[in-house]
Amino acid sequence: MIEEVVSIDLPVHERLVIKKNRLEPENVTGREKRISIVTGTHGDELDGQYVCYEIISRILQHPEKLKGIVDIYPDVNPLGLDMGSRGIPMFDLDMNRVFPGDNTGAVAEYAAAGIVDNIIGSDFCLDIHSSNIFLKEMPQLRMTEENKDRLLPYAKALNADFVWIYSSKTVLEATLAYSLNNMGVPTLVAEMGVGHRINNDYCMQLLDGIFNLMIQLDIWDDKPSEVRKPIISTEGQVSFLSAEDSGIFVSAIALMGTISVGTHIGDIIEPITGKVVQRIEAPTDGIIFSLREHPVVYKGALIARVYSGRKQEQI
Amino acid sequence: MRKEVLYSLKGLYREDFEIEGYRFGGGEKSACIVGAMRGNEMQQLYICSLLINSLKQLEAHGAITHNHEILVVPSANRYSMNVGKRFWAVDNIDINRTFPGDVHGDTTKQIAAALFEKVKGYSYGIQFASFYMPGDFIPHVRMMETGYQSASLANLFGLQYVVIRKPKPMDTATLNYNWQMNQTNAFSIYTNCTDSIDDKSARQAVSSVLRFFTRMGILKYNNHSGYIASVINEHDLLPVKTYDGGFYRRLKEPGDPVFRGDVIGEVIDPYEGFVKSQIVSQTDGIIFFAHTAPTVMGNQVVYKIIRRMHE
Repeated sequence: MIEEVVSIDLPVHERLVIKKNRLEPENVTGREKRISIVTGTHGDELDGQYVCYEIISRILQHPEKLKGIVDIYPDVNPLGLDMGSRGIPMFDLDMNRVFPGDNTGAVAEYAAAGIVDNIIGSDFCLDIHSSNIFLKEMPQLRMTEENKDRLLPYAKALNADFVWIYSSKTVLEATLAYSLNNMGVPTLVAEMGVGHRINNDYCMQLLDGIFNLMIQLDIWDDKPSEVRKPIISTEGQVSFLSAEDSGIFVSAIALMGTISVGTHIGDIIEPITGKVVQRIEAPTDGIIFSLREHPVVYKGALIARVYSGRKQEQI
Repeated sequence: MRKEVLYSLKGLYREDFEIEGYRFGGGEKSACIVGAMRGNEMQQLYICSLLINSLKQLEAHGAITHNHEILVVPSANRYSMNVGKRFWAVDNIDINRTFPGDVHGDTTKQIAAALFEKVKGYSYGIQFASFYMPGDFIPHVRMMETGYQSASLANLFGLQYVVIRKPKPMDTATLNYNWQMNQTNAFSIYTNCTDSIDDKSARQAVSSVLRFFTRMGILKYNNHSGYIASVINEHDLLPVKTYDGGFYRRLKEPGDPVFRGDVIGEVIDPYEGFVKSQIVSQTDGIIFFAHTAPTVMGNQVVYKIIRRMHE
């Protein structure tokens, strides 16, 4: 059933409505487990749209298999998605920097508080992201060190290639995931693909993981499926390769994945002089799981992230 | 006065991005002032320009006390100011949400880290800030409640109000918060506009800073004593929200007294012109913040009222 989670009157005869679709078994006992799938916090991230569609479509094909409650929030920033804008149009605010929100605060905070209130009570939440227009990401799950004991069992069920556990000190406290984890709802962030695009393969991979997790949570009645065993990386095992100067990045690799030390990842060029200002090579054997997509770079722009924990690993 | 480049970033086709600083006096790091961090903070830049002009003359007359250095950074984001964008022009990241920064991080984190390295270690840090809601304030000094804040110091600016804000998660990456966590007494000064210039409140802001410097022994200067400020907690301000969206008719200004039951605003249907709803004050008090825009959304904060405060 499609429900309105937040409704806000816009100035000229329109409402901003954040919706969810609740799917539940025909006979609800009140003891069902509940999973929430959230996406669209950033209007430029679109993989979650396809994932939400496929989850609902699969459930509708076999409603008899549904034993728990599945809440799908396909777009929590509807104006942003409509405009292809990462933030909330008009406020120029990143929605994932205003959680847990505030009912007495600005409109964006009010909306954020409404979303959080609605998700509270879920047994698990997955927040699906698609990087941004600047970087492309291999399918991965992210969590902080302090939550790893609680979240790793969920992450291992989700068919991801990669789980990145990062230092708590780099965590942004105003994100949806941070807020929900703080409020007792185990929440993982899925990152994949690149902004403004849908990568079907990545979506299908995550989708299989979501159904596998729902089986484990006793929300979906099916045979457990085989899922990938993810590489689990901590902050110290990830090398960040950044632009040392401003220029245009031209990638030399077609795909992310396994690389060897010295592999030519790309160049930062200066078109007006015809010079290469930086040649970027892999500092180690490992796996490249993030790669620059948008060519214009200033000093400091992230070019790639390389996991060096296990050498020459095939994924 | 010594003008120097605090940070430089090579531009691809634009001129290099630079953050410029103006140092006055010398010796102990006494006070640092940061102006526009966002591209639309024209009033904040204007205030800094007036302040630099004043300090230049005061220094020439020997008014800066021995062993006190003042650093003024008028703009930390001229790239955005010159293209009419509020945030970093390339990727729309708010530099004032990336402190303390990271020298190995992304471009905006490197900018924040480089700036923070230059502005930390001062006894007093003053930022001319803008609010995330569109509207006008009574000019005031704002501090974060970090455990290091000192309302009595903030009072020395001589503005009418000192506001203490309990930091929300989104505040923890601001310059003000990180200054305080780094043992600098940090203050944000809010005047009554951002995108446009209000000369009167800009001069009031400059006077308040010079008054503070005089009282802290940094300047030898004689100016009006200003106000003994009322200290208020932000959570004690009563937010007044709209019910509907539409055209907005503001009926009260910042500083106006209101009484419970007063009609203080109206929302008008944008097609048919009738009053959809009236905004009624739920308390006696003084208007502290008032929304400024031709339209409003539903559930939008249009006023913040200092409860039970009288003129």
